[in-house]
Amino acid sequence: MSTLTPPRSGKARPLPAPEAARPPKRFRRSAARSRAALGALYATPTAVMVGLFFLVPLVLVGWMSLHKWPLLGAPTMNVPDNYTRIADNELVASAVWFTVKYTVLMTVGLFVVAFGLALLVQQRRRGVGFLRTAFLLPMAVGFASASLLFLGLLSDEIGPLSDLLRKLGVIDGYVSWTSGSSESALGSAMVLVLWRFAGFNMLILLTGLQAIPLEVYEAARIDGASRWQTFRRVTIPLMRPTIALVLTMMITGSLLAFDQFWILTRGGPDNSTTSLVMVIYREAFIRLDLGSAAAISVALLAVLVVFNVIQLGVLRRRS
Amino acid sequence: MTRSSLAGRWGYYVTGTALAILFLSPLLWSGWASLRTNTGFGLENYDRLFTSDNGIRVHHVVNSLTVSALTVAGTLLVATLGGYAFGRFRFPGRDLLFLLTLAILMVPYATILIALYVLLGWIGLQDSLIGLSLVLIMFQLPFSIFMMRNSFEAVPRELEESAQVDGCNSVSTLLRIMLPAVKPGLITVGLFAFLTSWSEFFAPLILLNSTDQFTTTLAVVNMRTASHGSIDYAALEAGVVFMAVPCLLLFAFMQRSYVRGFTSGALKG
Repeated sequence: MSTLTPPRSGKARPLPAPEAARPPKRFRRSAARSRAALGALYATPTAVMVGLFFLVPLVLVGWMSLHKWPLLGAPTMNVPDNYTRIADNELVASAVWFTVKYTVLMTVGLFVVAFGLALLVQQRRRGVGFLRTAFLLPMAVGFASASLLFLGLLSDEIGPLSDLLRKLGVIDGYVSWTSGSSESALGSAMVLVLWRFAGFNMLILLTGLQAIPLEVYEAARIDGASRWQTFRRVTIPLMRPTIALVLTMMITGSLLAFDQFWILTRGGPDNSTTSLVMVIYREAFIRLDLGSAAAISVALLAVLVVFNVIQLGVLRRRS
Repeated sequence: MTRSSLAGRWGYYVTGTALAILFLSPLLWSGWASLRTNTGFGLENYDRLFTSDNGIRVHHVVNSLTVSALTVAGTLLVATLGGYAFGRFRFPGRDLLFLLTLAILMVPYATILIALYVLLGWIGLQDSLIGLSLVLIMFQLPFSIFMMRNSFEAVPRELEESAQVDGCNSVSTLLRIMLPAVKPGLITVGLFAFLTSWSEFFAPLILLNSTDQFTTTLAVVNMRTASHGSIDYAALEAGVVFMAVPCLLLFAFMQRSYVRGFTSGALKG
């Protein structure tokens, strides 16, 4: 926290002017105060946006979770019904299980692919710019558009995949990738997310890789370390903050999965690919029960905040 | 050159090319599929995209452009002022406000959108493009403020001071001296705000109710979700291409500054 008193030159930003050339102390103090006021003025739009559209909704979602809050009509307090009902909601139970399963599979898959790509394009050599662009390009396509793209790509009607696999003799007859079975629906969504997000995560891992000074590798080579040893003992430890950042983003993103299942699999077959955020949407806008949706949101929020705090703690201790 | 390093180079190029083809082929396929018709190639699928019963309309595109313009302009305005304040001034509550802004990242928006829906209703912005834009600006703030703060911090102090000695007041110092110096940051923030707002799906799905207010993304997804019988996949791919082409062009032109801004600004500190 910054203090109420204006900063003194030694502690804060040093003024470039030499001591003798400074204006009198009182003048300096009032100048610093008016500069602080100016800074506060520039920060006002940010404060208003953060206050009105972040802090108020944060409190409101907690408040709503304590009420029976229909989409239309007046809310009435019903503590703690919304929360006790979460436990009875079978769809919530299956969605929690599915979301956790998806998060584990997706994080592992995405991390391995993104790290592999980052290692592949790490060194400057001919053609590496083209490869980086190729891996990054899917990132420019919106996620909803990408989901629709894969809906067509994987469909039997116009998609090339089924034809290709039939010709190769891998499958025969009609296969519905996105809704045939829960495994293939999950697999379809995972391929989509890999395609869309591998490049983005590659970019972040790449910045971490390139921040490692070349001398460190040089020293490892002189010590006679093999490539694998260098990777295990040098690259991975020095990459730890970047890896933690990437993993946090992957896990948070997967726990909040919506677009890919809403568009690609419609949560099916038989709700087997219904994620938690889809349940929140369903409670609010299909069952018109905003209070129940708010309660699930608060529970999800609590889990994510606890997770992030643990994550930050681990990160801080290690670095 | 030794045999093993030659083999390694070949292995590298074969793997790299195969992966590049794998990543590019869905994009190329969607372009091809959107142009293919029963009789050959043509724009029939695009025609159906804009004319079929639950297809998209011109006003959906206008809605998308409105939301994107408002979000980019609003994000640039708030993030420039805020970034300048955080990067160059000390005032009471500065660090708290900065932490709260970053905390938006920790509270994923799917969990507060239900409350935002109710809140926007209270202030008369239900089912409104302005309300949606305000929410999208808020979600852009952590990244944008962080980016702009770092950009302003990197500007040499002497530049600002010499401008003040020359008699510029604070606002004209910001406009004439500081803004040109933080242009790469502004480009990155603006590009990111455009790409997000143009393609955003979940926030408009929750905050917009009437089909008249739908953005293009919502309208295209609606072609899939509203159809109970068969889906017109070819028109759907036309919609995908229509949505993706502006983003791909922008990205291709600005990739260098985008990636540079991202790697130098976003991950520092």
